[in-house]
Amino acid sequence: MNRIVAIAKKQPIWIFVVVCLVFFSLSSPYFFDINNFSNILLQASTIGLIALGMTFVMINGNIDLSVGATVALAASLAVGLQPVLGIPGAVCVGLLSGILVGALNGIIAWKTGVDAFIVTLGAMIGVRGIVFIYTEEQSFYAFDFAYSDFGSSTLFSIPVLVLIFGLLTITAHLILKYSIHGRNVFAVGGNRVAAKEAGIRVGPHMLVNFILVGFLAALSGVLLSTQMGASTPNLGRNYELWTITAVVLGGTRLTGGFGSIIGTLGGVLAIAILRNGMNLLQVPSFYVLIILGSILIIVLVIDKRFSSHQGQGVGA
Amino acid sequence: MKALVESFKSGLNTKDMSPLQFFGKHGISVAFVICVITFSLASSKFLSADNLFTVVMQASIIGTIALGVTFVVIGGNLDLSVGSLLSFSTVLVVDLHDKVDPGMAIVLMFLFTLLIGSVNGYLIGYLRLNSLIVTLGMLSAIQGITLVYTGGKNVDIADQENTWFTFFGREELLGIPVPALIFIVLGITLQIVLVKTGFGRKIFAIGGNDTAALFSGLRRNRLVFSTYLLSAFTTACAALILGSRVMGSQNNVGEGYELLVLAGVILGGTSLLGGSGSIVRTIIGVLILALIQNGLLLLGYPYYTQWLVTWVVIIVAVWLDIAAKRGKLLSSF
Repeated sequence: MNRIVAIAKKQPIWIFVVVCLVFFSLSSPYFFDINNFSNILLQASTIGLIALGMTFVMINGNIDLSVGATVALAASLAVGLQPVLGIPGAVCVGLLSGILVGALNGIIAWKTGVDAFIVTLGAMIGVRGIVFIYTEEQSFYAFDFAYSDFGSSTLFSIPVLVLIFGLLTITAHLILKYSIHGRNVFAVGGNRVAAKEAGIRVGPHMLVNFILVGFLAALSGVLLSTQMGASTPNLGRNYELWTITAVVLGGTRLTGGFGSIIGTLGGVLAIAILRNGMNLLQVPSFYVLIILGSILIIVLVIDKRFSSHQGQGVGA
Repeated sequence: MKALVESFKSGLNTKDMSPLQFFGKHGISVAFVICVITFSLASSKFLSADNLFTVVMQASIIGTIALGVTFVVIGGNLDLSVGSLLSFSTVLVVDLHDKVDPGMAIVLMFLFTLLIGSVNGYLIGYLRLNSLIVTLGMLSAIQGITLVYTGGKNVDIADQENTWFTFFGREELLGIPVPALIFIVLGITLQIVLVKTGFGRKIFAIGGNDTAALFSGLRRNRLVFSTYLLSAFTTACAALILGSRVMGSQNNVGEGYELLVLAGVILGGTSLLGGSGSIVRTIIGVLILALIQNGLLLLGYPYYTQWLVTWVVIIVAVWLDIAAKRGKLLSSF
């Protein structure tokens, strides 16, 4: 019992996930169903992949607002270049574009010392511009059906995209918890100056995390385009806001130095389950926005109440 | 007017300044002049009174919101909810225009917008929650409220010819388009409030050092609260302009405005850490963004090239600003 209370205090979002699961299972006959669960996970994987990288960046005390635009860039390149490069080549270029955007953000943040919020706000606007210049406002379609078949394929009756998301979640968790890089993530986020004095190369370290989130955003974009068999230049709009919402719901502090992949997974699932369940109950999607916004603020209030004695927290 | 001139003067002392410091301090004005010169050389249509009014007109909506957001940012907080709030207020004023009379619609719109602003202010000022997350939550909540209100349908004004509501967005006063006039008058007023009143100085104080300000007896909570009321107020003014210009509204008309507004504020050199900034420079920042947009369009580039240029301009502007304070071009991390 004590163990459950301890977990509940550490990961309050998982209580919410469980409550949602119970509530929707009781109120909708279609909810508690293997197919529906794999559906939820599939929907969660898009934001979820980005959120994994965002967790690293946010524990670092940074933020990345350019992920939505990166999603569109990678998807457009991966679909648009297929007639020229073939599917593998185009996908590689798409993923590479995400790494490049991440590297650019990281280098600018490192070398200029400009706050990551501003660096990536600029990139968010600029990368969207690049997407529009490249696509000339056109949507692209994948004419080779092998591409969209991949998006709907399953392995052991689990969607491949969910498997990819699951594998990467476990990897990210292990890296964050048990590797040197993972420990440095917390050190840099907790106190940047102290981390530098302790011998961590703070600039290059942050660069790696920006590249990570750029790559994951690109991967998410490519996988999203395999689901649709197409890409649009407006793909991924507001994804940065959803991702940050998920990560913050998962207990990662904006001030840095605190957070976990398990929490982030909880935040991602909370959003996905809420959307899916309310959809099944035929609640108009507008209400989901209100509820999500309120939950975000309520989580903040609860967090403030519980962590006030530590003298620091999201509200600090 | 005198106050306005004086607020410029203090910054114009260029003696004993390294080039880096000079560009850090006046980079934004230099960029503004460079923008104007380049575009007027490149396009003969650029430097006409007509076109310049168009630029100010285009800048007026984002600019008006940016005025209030500047206060919020100087106070050390962020407001990401202004985009959704703009959608909400525009939808509300347009929808109520036909249901009650126009005057009543405007009053109700201001009331409800200020009400939402005060929710922001209460959560951030009195409950002392993190402003980025609160306004992020409000962003999605307000969007939801707007959609629930309209049921997802667009709204418009049935009889667009015979209403004085056109005044705010489509007409001219003394030869100046009214949106530009609202923007300029509000800008001058708020600049004076910021630099010449106790209220303005207190906002700088809480943004610069929250704890010190609190210990000096400033009512920190109430001041933060009032900055959010102010940003809701300027957003309501922008909604008035937008609703009157378009005479109709989509549910997501303000989507993404929050970050464009912030881009203008940041370009003006207002620090996101709080404690420094100025309304005049915010206006210049917003005008630069509008100039880039207008100039590139006149030169025949598609509208989205401005986004790429905006990226470069924002990064370089903030970099120079920070480098000047640091005294070195590159960071030591």
